Amino acid sequence: MVDIFKTYLDTMARNGLIDSGNALMGLADATLDWNRPDDPACKKLSPLFDHLNINALIFARPAEPYWTIINYLAQVSIGPITPKDCETRTFLHDLPITENLSADTLIPILRHRKSSIVKDHGIVTYGTVSLEQPLVTFSSVCFACFVKFFSDMLAETKSGNMNTVKQGILESVTAMLPPPFEKNPPALSIGPFTFEKEVLQGVCEAGSQVVNLGLVDSSFGNISYRANDILYISQTGSFLDDLSGFIDPVPLDGSSCTGITASSELSAHLEIIKQTGCRAVLHGHPKFSVILSMYCEVECCEHRGNCHRACPHARDACSIPIVSGEVGTGPYGLCRSVPKALKNRPGVIVYGHGVFTSDHTDFNHALYNLIDIERQCRIEYFKKINMMAY
Amino acid sequence: MFGWHGKILRIDLNRQSFEIESADTACCRKFIGGRGLAGYFLKEYITLPYDAPEMPILFFTGPLVATPSPTSGRMTIMSKSPLTDTIGDSSVGGSFGTMLKKTGLDGIIITGRSDLLCGIEIHDASVRLVSAKALAGRKISDLTRILQSKGAIAAIGPAAENGVKYANIIIDGHYAAGRMGLGLNFASKNIKYITVKGTGKTEVADPVALKQAGEDIFRLVSASPALMGDYGISRFGTGALYDLMDARHMMPTLNFKKNRFDHAASLNAPAYRNRFIPKSTGCRGCHIRCKKTASDGRPLPEFETMSHFSALIGNQNMETVMAANHFCNEHGMDTISAASTLACYFELAGKHPASENIIALLSDIVYQRGTGKQLGKGSARLAEDFGFPEASMTVKNLELPAYDPRGAYGMALAYATASRGGCHLRAYPVGHEILRKPVPTNRFTFAGKARIIKLQEDVNAVSDSLTACKFIFFAASVEEYAKVYSAITGLSFSGHELMKAGERICYQERIMNTQNGFTAKDDDLPARFFIPQVNNNDAYQPPAINRTDFLAARAAYYVVRGLDENGMPGREKAQELGL
Ligand code: SF4
Ligand SMILES: [Zn+2]
Repeated sequence: MVDIFKTYLDTMARNGLIDSGNALMGLADATLDWNRPDDPACKKLSPLFDHLNINALIFARPAEPYWTIINYLAQVSIGPITPKDCETRTFLHDLPITENLSADTLIPILRHRKSSIVKDHGIVTYGTVSLEQPLVTFSSVCFACFVKFFSDMLAETKSGNMNTVKQGILESVTAMLPPPFEKNPPALSIGPFTFEKEVLQGVCEAGSQVVNLGLVDSSFGNISYRANDILYISQTGSFLDDLSGFIDPVPLDGSSCTGITASSELSAHLEIIKQTGCRAVLHGHPKFSVILSMYCEVECCEHRGNCHRACPHARDACSIPIVSGEVGTGPYGLCRSVPKALKNRPGVIVYGHGVFTSDHTDFNHALYNLIDIERQCRIEYFKKINMMAY
Repeated sequence: MFGWHGKILRIDLNRQSFEIESADTACCRKFIGGRGLAGYFLKEYITLPYDAPEMPILFFTGPLVATPSPTSGRMTIMSKSPLTDTIGDSSVGGSFGTMLKKTGLDGIIITGRSDLLCGIEIHDASVRLVSAKALAGRKISDLTRILQSKGAIAAIGPAAENGVKYANIIIDGHYAAGRMGLGLNFASKNIKYITVKGTGKTEVADPVALKQAGEDIFRLVSASPALMGDYGISRFGTGALYDLMDARHMMPTLNFKKNRFDHAASLNAPAYRNRFIPKSTGCRGCHIRCKKTASDGRPLPEFETMSHFSALIGNQNMETVMAANHFCNEHGMDTISAASTLACYFELAGKHPASENIIALLSDIVYQRGTGKQLGKGSARLAEDFGFPEASMTVKNLELPAYDPRGAYGMALAYATASRGGCHLRAYPVGHEILRKPVPTNRFTFAGKARIIKLQEDVNAVSDSLTACKFIFFAASVEEYAKVYSAITGLSFSGHELMKAGERICYQERIMNTQNGFTAKDDDLPARFFIPQVNNNDAYQPPAINRTDFLAARAAYYVVRGLDENGMPGREKAQELGL
């Protein structure tokens, strides 16, 4: 049991979601075990296992800058926080808030939602299968709040509604951001890769870098490489910095269905490869690219509200095209919009979601472009709110 | 009431009478519909023999059926299983559930026994009992052709009429209410078919909220690789799992002696697709449409059938799989049980499958000729007759489907605890153990699995009762379906409250099985899985299941489920659940 907790604690800390070791985790089978059985919160949260149909729970105060952001949003929000990014839209719906850390207040909320922000305390979230579910939800809440915070601040600035309190919060959060990206990313293996072993190594190496550089939320995102008429792609729900054993070989002639466990963006990857002829595809969720993608200056647009799936306008951020598209293969699937937009471009930003980049040889250029897009978007963001810091 | 009609049709074949009974809201809330409500009405008769005239056969829809809810076209047929002696329910698609609901009924309860082979024809408020003498022995496609103007059809074929223990009821010509031998329940009442046609509407409390809730689910479905991905079941049918099961060393081969099949690559779903250029069809009210029909009109086999009629019996001929599937469907016989009984027979009789005529053997079963008589009793009774019960790969007499539990320990536990015998659908751990949804779990450990299996059994009891298709739960969860349920019924329900109903439904089924003498000794796997013996031509071999670990997980399951150490339900827990 102890080992299980450690794995998840390490993952959360490595991804900057919590300060090292700073989360309370409960896991129940016939009995309920806690990673810190002496923590007074255990007593408060144990009834959740009796009253909800769950087997795993995480309660933690997120690391900075998330915690300042989340607590601020919780203070100013009337009702649940309603971020508009793709992750929240698809999986979380909205983010409810409770006033105190008690089973009585949390149970009714968690009957309807996967998580609750507890004012001045942290985030409580659960799973029905494994600790990985609350980990993913925790990470999504942090990501969604980050994006919403900076989006709101941009909107307030543009509409002239900033005041000293908001400015103060914005400045203190900004001061806690990690430094902007260096222009030149670390060098990755040189392609083209032909042997399966090289491919798998190349994919694992690039995946780790994407995570190390903070270009995804909690290690998710996806990555693929085409060699010998096989697309090697990360599995759905795999951690990009731990891909060994979690890469699916998908034959391009469609002769096998083993790709059923591949990333939910498999269709987009296949189409990108088909339409651009490239070998390597990277997809991450860099935050400022996502924030700028959701900032639209078209006035009185009749399509507002539908921006995430069918925006008819040609938009860009820092000259990178922004397209609409939902996860997967639905009628508004991003597999329909991303590939053609990526042709002859360094990358594409998907509205409220993330960035795709590709390359003809290996992952070096794809990673460079992913970083560069985020670097430029971050500079552009602060330009837009008249802050020179970044 | 919204969602439900609050009306159940009771048909007594002894007296040839029909009566409408009202179902009260409290009861509907408690048991939801489908499997839950059917179980509620079955309870008091469960200790009778399956063929006692008083033993009811129940058809139940749920509150979501015949509404715009995603995958709302399924329903439950239930009675006591002739094959397993447990409760015997089957969730089935096609259009029967939707049509039944459109007649203004939530369910039908049939008791008694007709003197002559009969058909029951329901058209809105009209119910007719007609002679089906002229249809005796007719195959499913004949019946479908003859009866098609009468609406949705539930019918049995010759397998049921001739007493095969794993005979199915077939809906609309090719949706099987399978696994439990329910066809025999039909035959025991002398029913050949039921047709139903309805034109009414199901009132929805809040159509706007339903649309919103439906859209949330559609979005999740679109994001699901297993459902809508390039290699998902929408495109390839459930056969999409075939490659994965082989790659994960979970393909039951030669009666579970091996778990990889040398010819898998040439018998996978893309191979069928290339050869038969199938069209997609599906249950009423479903946009996933996982059913595939070949250009010659024959249905493509489901994953289980594909796997068992190839790997399990050692057959490498695709046309034989197609023909066997078609034959079983035409004669109303369960494909999993038929294939597994053949595999057991080949092992017991030392036969080499390649030299056997599979279709001739299936025909012997249906028409009860020669060895077919023994084979028609199912593999457990067959192996017993041979004096070698270990050769039967069953749990509670139900032939195991196409997932080798040595490759997924949650599945091992789920087979053992499922209330209708060795069934994969009760907890369907394939979702997390293999398809990585909602998140992946370690398939080679029992740690944590007891509670996971219990919770998933509850979820699936909810989905079978709403009713919705279990496949959609690869993507959506009870959280989203609670919104659908609330919008339709106007009752405010959370996912966790629905789960409570799921727990109640599962516990009720435990109680019924206990009344028929089932105990912990029945919650067990065939001995083969605990003995190292698999011989693949492959460097990697999954080890045998550690029996001590298995028993510990089962004991943990009993704790979580609120049972005693012998798997028996208790009064206190029953009361807590309102039973
Ligand atoms: S997914 Fe398949 S089985 Fe389920 S409702 Fe749709 S067509 Fe029927
Ligand atoms: Zn993404």
